[in-house]
Amino acid sequence: MELARGHVLVCGGTGCTSSGSAKIIEEFENCLKDKGLENEIKVVQTGCFGLCALGPIVIVYPEGAFYSMVKPEDVSEIVEEHLLKGRIVKRLLYQETVVDEDNVKSLNEVDFYKKQQRIALVNCGVINPESIDEYIAFGGYTALGKVLTEMKPQEVIDEIKESGLRGRGGGGFPTGLKWQFTANSQGDKKYVACNADEGDPGAFMDRSILEGDPHSLIEAMAIAAYAVGADQGYVYIRAEYPIAVNRLRIAIDQAKEYGLLGENIFESGFNFDLDIRLGAGAFVCGEETALMTSIEGHRGEPRPRPPFPAVKGLFGKPTLLNNVETYANITAIINNGAEWFKQIGTEKSKGTKVFAVGGKIKNTGLVEIPMGTTLREIVYEIGGGIPGGKKFKAAQTGGPSGGCIPADLIDTPIDYDSLISIGSMMGSGGLIVMDEDTCMVDIAKFFLEFTVDESCGKCAPCRIGTKRLLEILEKITSGKGTLEDIDKLEELCYSIKNAALCGLGQTAPNPILSTLRYFRDEYIAHVVDKKCPAGVCKALLSYVIDPDKCKGCSLCAKKCPVGAIEGVVKNPFTIDTNKCIKCGVCMESCKFGAISKK
Amino acid sequence: MAEIKAPAFKDTAEQSAKLQEVIAKFKGTEGALIPVLHEAQSIYGYLPYEVQKAISEGLDVPMAEIYGVVSFYTQFSIYPKGTYNVAVCLGTACYVKGSGDIIDKIKEKLGIEVGQCTDDGRFSLEATRCIGACGLAPVLTVNDDVYGRLTVDDVDDILSKYMD
Repeated sequence: MELARGHVLVCGGTGCTSSGSAKIIEEFENCLKDKGLENEIKVVQTGCFGLCALGPIVIVYPEGAFYSMVKPEDVSEIVEEHLLKGRIVKRLLYQETVVDEDNVKSLNEVDFYKKQQRIALVNCGVINPESIDEYIAFGGYTALGKVLTEMKPQEVIDEIKESGLRGRGGGGFPTGLKWQFTANSQGDKKYVACNADEGDPGAFMDRSILEGDPHSLIEAMAIAAYAVGADQGYVYIRAEYPIAVNRLRIAIDQAKEYGLLGENIFESGFNFDLDIRLGAGAFVCGEETALMTSIEGHRGEPRPRPPFPAVKGLFGKPTLLNNVETYANITAIINNGAEWFKQIGTEKSKGTKVFAVGGKIKNTGLVEIPMGTTLREIVYEIGGGIPGGKKFKAAQTGGPSGGCIPADLIDTPIDYDSLISIGSMMGSGGLIVMDEDTCMVDIAKFFLEFTVDESCGKCAPCRIGTKRLLEILEKITSGKGTLEDIDKLEELCYSIKNAALCGLGQTAPNPILSTLRYFRDEYIAHVVDKKCPAGVCKALLSYVIDPDKCKGCSLCAKKCPVGAIEGVVKNPFTIDTNKCIKCGVCMESCKFGAISKK
Repeated sequence: MAEIKAPAFKDTAEQSAKLQEVIAKFKGTEGALIPVLHEAQSIYGYLPYEVQKAISEGLDVPMAEIYGVVSFYTQFSIYPKGTYNVAVCLGTACYVKGSGDIIDKIKEKLGIEVGQCTDDGRFSLEATRCIGACGLAPVLTVNDDVYGRLTVDDVDDILSKYMD
């Protein structure tokens, strides 16, 4: 391979691609050619760097200069100044990395990255995901080699058991045990499968691993197949992730070409083949039995367990199913040993967890932290706090199956068990931050709209029950609710939890129960005072003009589409709340900030 | 869902040859139906009765089962989409940052509801689940173009790009 003097790493994750990184790469290639540098400087498209809020992101090595929010027109300046003349373009650097005139900090010292520890994401943003050679150069496929040539299947399972790794898809079931159950099952044919149907709205860590480091999944699935005695694998991946699907396809082809998939891998007599199956937009297919039904080509409806997939899974055969992030930990455990892995994290939750941090927070993006890190560290130190000086109100974890962590529990260490004990759950790792402008009743309604939409309809408690829950919430947010409705809501939640068939239905009431637990006062404000304290629920708002601030310019009255504002010029105007349709145009148009909604 | 007027199905020789090729490729594979539907939808843009019928005959799967699968998954559509399909992300991160207001504004602007297509066939509107660009929330896409960090005021500008 030719050696280059410098490397330009451009993020090609979905976040940065959406903000135009493909154009940046093209521009770099053109500019380098113009300057005759195309053989000296290599442009590499990598996976996600994690700091999506600042995309598109470009890192130039050897200096490690971290350029953020790069525009195509900035590229020629970077090439001319930095790559040709060796002068870093300060104005484009991520400001956190600038120390003084002549120095930049390494990324590991920046607040966003300082507290992170990358195991699952170790190669994301570092290697070119479309090159198997780069993966191998970073130690790729050594774990598979070690397993196939030096270890017995049971030794592999023991190592994973010993590491304490638990499923990263949400439930937190011990991974080693799952492997053991599948290995113990008798059968002429067994399968391994990967759940990459990341349906939790607001979580995108699995996508980033697939986009940034697809070979790590392939390697881990081959190891798993060897351990449980399978020879065929399936990756069930969302069709909504075209970049991830494409890179995984490329990676599978390369692995086949190198003999790392297929027959007699590493001359060990072990055969393993891997196929992709695309999801088609059904949240319930993240549930393991539904996912398998979908791979079989049917409507993705769940079925009762037992039998568990380890006994009777895909096409009726014993099947091991893990999530992408779980697999992404396997090679590190094999390479470094269970002892090493066990040192990271808390007593019952070992290792790290990747969170997709989003919502009302400065540094939105992907972070990987040791288990036991507190929510405060995530929000304020890594996440950079809440923009606009607003107050932190709650963080939502676990998506539509999870719950809220309120401000007074912000020092809770994040692990599987502590989250369950406060009424939330780890889930797949979406972490949405909410500030004082977020209405918790509205959020509960948002999640219920989601589950009503996504309920597969097979069992009545979920199909009918979630619909009734949503109707009660709609009644409350439109100002027609009563205290009795809140009691009914709670009672129905418990009925659904107890009676629904699958995980989706059983956890669907969680967003309501959790907001009721910590924000009951907001529900009461909606039904008793007929007010929405956060100012979100439109039916409960009224617009008012502050007579002290109003200059009587009459602009709002002219803009009002229904003629609800009256007054005499140069005197304070008033809004007739009976005519007002609450469109908010008056508030937007007022130059004096005299109109507010209450 | 509101009733949607669908134009008559048109099929070219090239399209139906491609479909037959896909059916032949997957015939006999376990769990072939969903991959075939994905490819058929990328050939025709949607899955009208006639296409489902051809798949039913080709794969020897009952029509009822095909329709059952098509109607179960949101990715599959039995109606054509507009020339420009506007999809607003209603994932949690986007919702918290106001994508609900953005979709309302687009509905008002285009005069259609989610799932519908404008009379001239130019725009259709879709509410999508998370597209995974949470760092840019709120996000919408028009076909393959992605627009992020939106405010309600951006809607006019974006739509006008596709008006003429």
